[in-house]
Amino acid sequence: MAEQQSYYVPPSSPWPIVGAIGLGLIAWGAGSTVINISNAEEGYGSTVLTLGIIVMAVMLFGWFRDQINESMQGMHSDQLNVSYKQGMSWFIFSEIMFFAAFFGALFYARVISIPWLDGASNNAMTAEVLWPQFVAQWPLVETPGGTETQGMGWYGLPLINTVILVISSITCHFAHVGLEENKRKQLTIMLGVTIVLGCIFLYLQGAEYVHAYEQLGLTLDSGIYGNTFYMLTGFHGMHVTLGTIMLIVMFLRVVKGHFSPDNQFAFQATSWYWHFVDVVWICLFVLVYVI
Amino acid sequence: MSTVVDDTHHDEHHDHKPYGITRWLFTTNHKDIGSLYLWFSFIMFFIGGAMAMVIRAELFQPGLQLVEPNFFNQMTTVHGLIMVFGAVMPAFTGLANWMIPMMIGAPDMALPRMNNWSFWILPFGFAVMLSSLFMEGGGPNFGWTFYAPLSTTYSNDSTAFFVFAIHILGISSIMGAINVIVTITNMRAPGMSYMKMPLFVWTWLITAFLLIAVMPVLAGAVTMVLTDKYFGTSFFDAAGGGDPVMFQHIFWFFGHPEVYIMILPSFGIISAIIPAFTRKRLFGYASMVYATASIAILSFLVWAHHMFTTGMPVFAELFFMYCTMLIAVPTGVKIFNWVATMWRGAMTFEAPMLFALAFVILFTIGGFSGLMLAITPVDFQYHDTYFVVAHFHYVLVTGAVFSIMAAAYYWLPKWTGYMYDETLAKLHFWTSLISVNVLFFPMHFAGLAGMPRRIPDYAVQFADVNQIASIGGFAFGLSQLIFLWLVIKCTRGGEKAAAKPWEGAEGLEWTVPSPAPYHTFEKPPKVE
Repeated sequence: MAEQQSYYVPPSSPWPIVGAIGLGLIAWGAGSTVINISNAEEGYGSTVLTLGIIVMAVMLFGWFRDQINESMQGMHSDQLNVSYKQGMSWFIFSEIMFFAAFFGALFYARVISIPWLDGASNNAMTAEVLWPQFVAQWPLVETPGGTETQGMGWYGLPLINTVILVISSITCHFAHVGLEENKRKQLTIMLGVTIVLGCIFLYLQGAEYVHAYEQLGLTLDSGIYGNTFYMLTGFHGMHVTLGTIMLIVMFLRVVKGHFSPDNQFAFQATSWYWHFVDVVWICLFVLVYVI
Repeated sequence: MSTVVDDTHHDEHHDHKPYGITRWLFTTNHKDIGSLYLWFSFIMFFIGGAMAMVIRAELFQPGLQLVEPNFFNQMTTVHGLIMVFGAVMPAFTGLANWMIPMMIGAPDMALPRMNNWSFWILPFGFAVMLSSLFMEGGGPNFGWTFYAPLSTTYSNDSTAFFVFAIHILGISSIMGAINVIVTITNMRAPGMSYMKMPLFVWTWLITAFLLIAVMPVLAGAVTMVLTDKYFGTSFFDAAGGGDPVMFQHIFWFFGHPEVYIMILPSFGIISAIIPAFTRKRLFGYASMVYATASIAILSFLVWAHHMFTTGMPVFAELFFMYCTMLIAVPTGVKIFNWVATMWRGAMTFEAPMLFALAFVILFTIGGFSGLMLAITPVDFQYHDTYFVVAHFHYVLVTGAVFSIMAAAYYWLPKWTGYMYDETLAKLHFWTSLISVNVLFFPMHFAGLAGMPRRIPDYAVQFADVNQIASIGGFAFGLSQLIFLWLVIKCTRGGEKAAAKPWEGAEGLEWTVPSPAPYHTFEKPPKVE
């Protein structure tokens, strides 16, 4: 390894501190927005939150611009690319653990708390004393407290969405193959198709929420079934949104002629992220909708 | 090795340090960022310590004297949060930033700009959290563990600020951990194989993995608290099909690995210091690595030992009891290895070694009281008493904090280029050692006699032990001012430190001059 290239250590950069200010504003703004909403009062929380988001957007734009310029000037050694790849992998691992918390809550509710409330294990007196009329079931269409709702079927929109997302993962893969083999046309078309599929998915997910709220009476606060349903699909939807934005940025860069078979970390990272979002959806489809 | 030293000297002349405030705001240098982390954690240590002083002052006598119960609860809560997320964890990250690149022969951390970001969001996160203390109704008052329904039903209006602050601290830790892992796996100098790495690097590698695995789970837990409190979800509400006990499961799935996050780097520090001052190689290097990994793996299987009194099925109680006691095995391996390292060594007792020795003894006491707590039927009596407070302060103050102080003394010459004042350091050590035991040891007895934790008032029979503990507390707090004075003094001057001021020290960090040049190992050294 004596011929190791020297590792690129970037000079001072203003973007991290801008990002820290942005994140601080977002946290403070989000906190006061939530409190304002729950107290039904006016406040400047949402203004601070918006300001924070703008600062973050400026930061992301500036930081990635610097990053892309460095990459286009060939300042990124192979070793640095390995750092980026490993960093992205660990980031995706942290995302998996974030979803694991919510899947864990779903598991606990279905396997432990709901049966126990109905007297399973050694909890006969719990059922007898607290809510004797409660019947354990999933979807939990009537909570112990008496809130009623309806279950969401897996056929129809959820199934269509599953097909769409799986296809988008495949087109994303073929876009990557196109990049690897320097087939720019295949790359552009497949990437475009992936973005369109991602947008359709998001649109249908929105339509499903409207259907759930208006026809099924399934809302965020209708017991643990609604909680886990909206938190899991909601956080997944936010990740699809982020993934789609990343794909759009990649599309614009492809159109500008960026990336080559040996300089394509950003594209690779985006495609990993997209596959990750797809895998989460498959787990979600099986555990939230089907079973 | 001498060629390495020449290289860095050469580079130093080419490279001018940026100056002024923007040096610190915009920096991508691992040493600058390490210093920022260390100073930040030092400041937070004093803020959290001041809150502990309020707690001890209130508990000096039975009855309510100084503060309202609600404010007392805020003090215990924020004291815990600050010490965990603001003092101990950033101190370890600061040490990692300073030392890991130099220990493995890397030019910097792998992702220097992200490194800056992970530090600078911390002050903003704490600003958000601490600002809630001054709001109407006050700040977080539900204990640092924010159990539901305390946090979801009975908490102050400002809980949302707490939630988003925790999100920021989590993001910071995850980014810091990613940086550490990537640096270690991708930036080692040629020849620096995994089993040649210093143990501080090894323990941090495993710690970073734990951080990435559990901080997102904490983010999930606070998010559920947020929606339960403000948006009508019922994750932790039985009326909606959830369960308050589920909160404890999710929280402690994070919380138990978290306590190892706060002790594994200590093991690395002690494993560097004891060999240096006994002038012997570390006994059982490989077994140390395996023991650390075993502790990390087991840490995912023991979370419910914090919940023995929640009414889990007997099978679960037994499983978590046995797994917990199993952790004593790899921990014992470490203790015995340190003792075996000292066996027939040529020992000297400078400040780092004194703190390391105190660590070995007092951490073991904390470990043993942990074993007592691990025994389910016994825990039914100890649960939520001062015995628990005594236990985790022995592992965290005389464990984690003492190791950080040991590390500071050990590496201060490398950081500042000057030797610290050994007389002051000895004074700091002895006052700390005596006062910390006066502070925490009586708490065992208070707990065994049944004094509950997190209570501003208590029955009269606990008055004597509390008075003793409070006196110890004030003395321990004052002793830390000696440390502050000593560190400031050391940054300003003193006896010049040699490149390797400790005769028995080993590692690449001692091959560069003291103070370490702004950039080190721009060309990787060769490790045989």
